[in-house]
Amino acid sequence: MEIFGIPTQALFGQLLIGLINGSFYALLSLGLAVIFGLLNIINFTHGAQYMLGAFCAYLLLNKLGVNYWWALLITPIAVGASGIVIERLMLRQLYKLDHLYGLLLTFGLALIIEGLFRNEFGSSGQPYPIPSQLSGGRNLGFMFLPNYRAWVIVASAIVCLGTWYIIERTKLGAYLRAGTENPQLVQAFGINVPRMITLTYGFGVGLAALAGVMAAPIYQVSPQMGSSMIIVVFAVVVIGGMGSILGSILTGFGLGLIEGLTKVFYPEASSTVIFVIMVIILMIKPAGLFGTQK
Amino acid sequence: MASDTPSLAPARGVRSAPLSPGGDDGRRSQLIAFAVMVAFFALAPLAIYPVFLMKLMCFALFACAFNLLIGFGGLLSFGHAMFLGTAGYAAAHAAKVWGFTPELAILFATACSALLGWITGLVAIRRQGIYFAMITLALAQMLFFFYVQAPFTGGEDGIQAVPRGRLFGLVDLNSAAAMYPLVLVIFLAGFLLIWRVVTSPFGRVLKAIRENEPRALSLGYDTDRYKLLAYVLSAALSGLAGGTKALVFQLASLTDVYWTMSGEVVLMTLLGGLGTLFGPVVGAAIIITMQNYLAQIGAWVTVVQGAIFVVCVLAFRRGVVGEIGHWLKKPL
Repeated sequence: MEIFGIPTQALFGQLLIGLINGSFYALLSLGLAVIFGLLNIINFTHGAQYMLGAFCAYLLLNKLGVNYWWALLITPIAVGASGIVIERLMLRQLYKLDHLYGLLLTFGLALIIEGLFRNEFGSSGQPYPIPSQLSGGRNLGFMFLPNYRAWVIVASAIVCLGTWYIIERTKLGAYLRAGTENPQLVQAFGINVPRMITLTYGFGVGLAALAGVMAAPIYQVSPQMGSSMIIVVFAVVVIGGMGSILGSILTGFGLGLIEGLTKVFYPEASSTVIFVIMVIILMIKPAGLFGTQK
Repeated sequence: MASDTPSLAPARGVRSAPLSPGGDDGRRSQLIAFAVMVAFFALAPLAIYPVFLMKLMCFALFACAFNLLIGFGGLLSFGHAMFLGTAGYAAAHAAKVWGFTPELAILFATACSALLGWITGLVAIRRQGIYFAMITLALAQMLFFFYVQAPFTGGEDGIQAVPRGRLFGLVDLNSAAAMYPLVLVIFLAGFLLIWRVVTSPFGRVLKAIRENEPRALSLGYDTDRYKLLAYVLSAALSGLAGGTKALVFQLASLTDVYWTMSGEVVLMTLLGGLGTLFGPVVGAAIIITMQNYLAQIGAWVTVVQGAIFVVCVLAFRRGVVGEIGHWLKKPL
């Protein structure tokens, strides 16, 4: 069976990879957007924290024998807690300054974390086994779908939609959105805004770590996995605009798919296609697809 | 949501003495500092390995060009490596494949970077502040992937054994004794041009845009045009540094286009002092010297650089030269 002269196996295979990449773009850009909304900081450490998540799962398995499912629970909490420490000790001092300082600080932190892990584990990737419950796959007739990959797509979609629900439909989310609009006023109503900011940062970092754990069995666990990811995610964020939660999710999945399609039809451009789309979007709608320009 | 707040002064609230280059007092201290700098670079090759000094001057010029944008225009570019690297490839290709004389190769490289600056600038200045940083980073990464695949860059090997050639077809540049004065002249010319620009009416308007863009706009300045011009100028001067560097090392490689290089130039400028005239030179000198001595410890260099970033942002936002200027109560 062929479509446009491409065997369907290859086409759907690449689309699946695109969807997997898209899940990670969505999870990471969602975390960036949530953090940016309240802290007005672009978290450059996000890539390093995604890498931390993967390494945390790897170390839990190899040093302590903790399996994938527990790692899925423990890692976001542990890495999120480390994010809370960073927020309390460092980021907090920068809120009164230009937002660019937050970018510079988190960039420095990313360099430190990545450098430390490269010293410890070298540049080569470490394998992480697929959990036994999800090994194997099923034949869908037009393609072979590995169980673990299906799980990643479904799980990240659920986490994304859950985050959207919390922020857009619950009371906690209402506080959060109000804090984004006008923190002084929210504080005047008796809500502890500084604590809310701390927890938001921890939550965003936890999302990055969760993405890292899910990525560990698919990509290899390596110190550089974060820095190459974060730059693409920045482009995703610029394309989507950070105004809307649902927008970040859709943009993430959509761009992953487009990247996958490019791999099929014009592989040379697959590493640059997202950046090219960013340029086009900036020319047409500078605020991003779902953003609002102030 | 304060997503697109005007790009504020990077040193707002921490800058000490008002930058008044027009004032006699500031002018004199700057002239003294300039004389010290020229004397240092003129005499240093007697004591220090010349290739190291040439590398230092190339990076100092690169950092000064970067500082023109952030320190005086308030625009944080996280993709400046693209100008350094593009110019490197352009100069190396022109000198090696087309047989250009060195001065023409460097001019060609500068022109290429200026053109790239104009094209990317049109895209990047559509957003401000944090978005500007992310867009420039993404554009530079796009170009990096392009250069990895492009046939003329030599991929991972880069362009090696670039001939330095004869300056104006006359002076053989293969000895350090001939190359060093050329690099010194290029560095000083670039530095003086930046100095002239930031003290000119154009530079004043840039500062006004940095402090309060809507206000500058309401006063009738076409702020986008000013920002684009500053961006192109910064790109061209970075290209001048990159083209010269390619001839000094006779090599153009992917390292110069990679995002870590963009981070390094930010670090040099931040450490030396954002928005100071001499800060980038001092910052470049510290970082290049540090890399030279720490080269044996491999990835720790990254950790040390990251730590310097953190310390500078948290406790040392004026930078080395900014602190000295604050202490002397004179802008440097």
